[in-house]
Amino acid sequence: MTEQSIADEPINKRKEELYSARPWQLIWRRFRKHVLAVVSMWFLILLGVSALFAEFVAPYDPVTFERLRTLAPPTGVHLFHEGQFVGPFVYALERTRDAETTRVTYVHDTEEVLPIRFFFAGDAYSMFGLFTTEIHLFGVEGRRQQVNLLGTDDLGRDVFSRLIHGARVSLSAGLVGVAFAFVLGLALGSISGYFGGWIDSSIQRLMEFIRSIPTIPLWMGLAAALPIAWDPIFVYVLITFILALIGWTYLARVVRGQFLAIRNEDYVLAARLAGASEYRIITKHMLPSMTSYIIAALTLAVPEMILGETALSFLGLGLRPPVVSWGVLLQDAQNLRSISLAPWLLSPGVAVVVTVLAFNFLGDGLRDAADPYGQ
Amino acid sequence: MIAFIVRRTLLAIPTLIFISLIAFLIIQLPPGDYVTAYAAQLRQSGEHLTAVQESLLRDRMGLNDPILLQYWRWITAIVLRGDFGYSLEWNAPVSSLIWDRLAITLALSSISLVITWAIAIPVGVYSATRQYSVLDYVFTVFGFLGKGTPDFLLALILMWISFVYLNMDVGGLFSTQYQNAPWSMGKVINLLQHLWIPLVVLSTGGAAGLIRVMRANMLDEMGKPYVETAYAQGLSERQVVWNYPVRVALNPFISTVGWALPALFSGDVITAVVLNLPTTGPLLLQALKMQDMYLAGSFILILSLFTVVGTLFSDILLAWFDPRIRYA
Repeated sequence: MTEQSIADEPINKRKEELYSARPWQLIWRRFRKHVLAVVSMWFLILLGVSALFAEFVAPYDPVTFERLRTLAPPTGVHLFHEGQFVGPFVYALERTRDAETTRVTYVHDTEEVLPIRFFFAGDAYSMFGLFTTEIHLFGVEGRRQQVNLLGTDDLGRDVFSRLIHGARVSLSAGLVGVAFAFVLGLALGSISGYFGGWIDSSIQRLMEFIRSIPTIPLWMGLAAALPIAWDPIFVYVLITFILALIGWTYLARVVRGQFLAIRNEDYVLAARLAGASEYRIITKHMLPSMTSYIIAALTLAVPEMILGETALSFLGLGLRPPVVSWGVLLQDAQNLRSISLAPWLLSPGVAVVVTVLAFNFLGDGLRDAADPYGQ
Repeated sequence: MIAFIVRRTLLAIPTLIFISLIAFLIIQLPPGDYVTAYAAQLRQSGEHLTAVQESLLRDRMGLNDPILLQYWRWITAIVLRGDFGYSLEWNAPVSSLIWDRLAITLALSSISLVITWAIAIPVGVYSATRQYSVLDYVFTVFGFLGKGTPDFLLALILMWISFVYLNMDVGGLFSTQYQNAPWSMGKVINLLQHLWIPLVVLSTGGAAGLIRVMRANMLDEMGKPYVETAYAQGLSERQVVWNYPVRVALNPFISTVGWALPALFSGDVITAVVLNLPTTGPLLLQALKMQDMYLAGSFILILSLFTVVGTLFSDILLAWFDPRIRYA
């Protein structure tokens, strides 16, 4: 098509594009209209990248104690100092003790301006065990001064740094858990939907049975059986597996429903007449037609896993310190005294809610976009 | 109908057997057994068990028998004598510990289930009949937020707000001065002051999801010809909506009562730990942490049992409510 004809027939061109578009392009086009889903997607990508490069993004080490900076409130980031623009900076924080109650209080010293430096040389760390560097995304200079975007905890550790490091564990726990659940759900769901009959009904009974047990008590029971002394990484894998052991039923239901719907389609019959094996029909002919559904269902399953991990760790049955996950962080906010004294300790909870919401919106958007009969 | 109920009840039996197996498995899962734990307990108080004594104890308690035999002994004791085993930590029979806590759990769960429905049904109907109105958007946001917020976080936030801003004492079901006091007007008021947080926490999570379900169901039904017919016959909007589409849209509600129960019990566990309620949650958590496995296993068994009975109940209710489903 020459440039001339494009200009002449914009409508025809749009039509032609629509008819010749690949399924993935159509899905992407519909997905783009879902503003909330697109925003969520970018948010999750940003979060994922920050979690991946947590050592770089976090200004401080997540486990280093700072004895003289315990339970410091969040340092607000300002742009203007005495009416003048100086770029992002924080005020220095003075630590004083109340003479009567001997309680530690912090006062912002509005005279001392600490500009935020980007690509700041702070503590040294090792990136993925490949090389050692001390460059952080941001930081402030000054003796005993820190930029604590979300305050510090009772041992003086920077909550923002811990939050970013926790995102790595919590997000990956969700994804790994879904991966386990995906394998189980896909295998059992496709077998159940394709063969039908007594295989179907027994797998259905199994799924109903698993759904009928209260999740958290069962998770707790299984998680409590893990010995405390085990390697944290191993515990982590087992916890995600325990989450998946119950989470797969949802995926299996989606897959089974799809299989039942397309089992009697002509092209499946054609493949069977052409002598394709069952395995080939399932993997080459039926599964590709439902990939988009499965991806949407997977996205919607991630938040369940994240919530499960958070709940278990919060109760002290899941991951345990020194591992940093959102649930572990929320353990610090477990009692009324600490949250009334330091409400910023609840910020990992906010992170959980926002992440779960983003996954839900993304999943909803994907599901709508994947519907071939949609607009 | 009776045949349906009988068949459905019979189907629940294998599920129950399966659940008891799982509960028993959880009891058996941690490394070591009752005697190991008992020996450790004695060692802490300065006494000592020799290996011979330990194996004698194991023999006497039948811990060397095959797993299936042990399971058989455990389950027959429960079914025939109501004997759930012995709690190591509390040094008392399990059955003496669990019943009042289970009663409170069940009471809390059923009240919050009723509240959940009382919120979800009218709001869902409103959202569907006034689609894209301001309130519809408000409820939609509420629905998503409620789905994304973990129960314990909501409990923490409510506790914090009522402690710092409303100056109320929270946690538990009673203030200390009423803890052991006989029932009186003051105690009832005190109970209500404490009760609202767990009820709000437990019902919002469920209501958030159900509002979405109710709204979607209603929207599906509202466009159907029978609704139009009802309008054409000159019925008022109120009559049309509540007599026709709502009844049909309620079916999925009824069929998920059974699922609402496990969700409520799950939510209750963590909420109760945070709010320090005398329900099953904290005791179950404590039992699991101390590996007091007979106590933990019994809790899981009974909570699951409630759920199975709840599902059975909702299936029967559904068949009774919707004539199309009968005997299917």
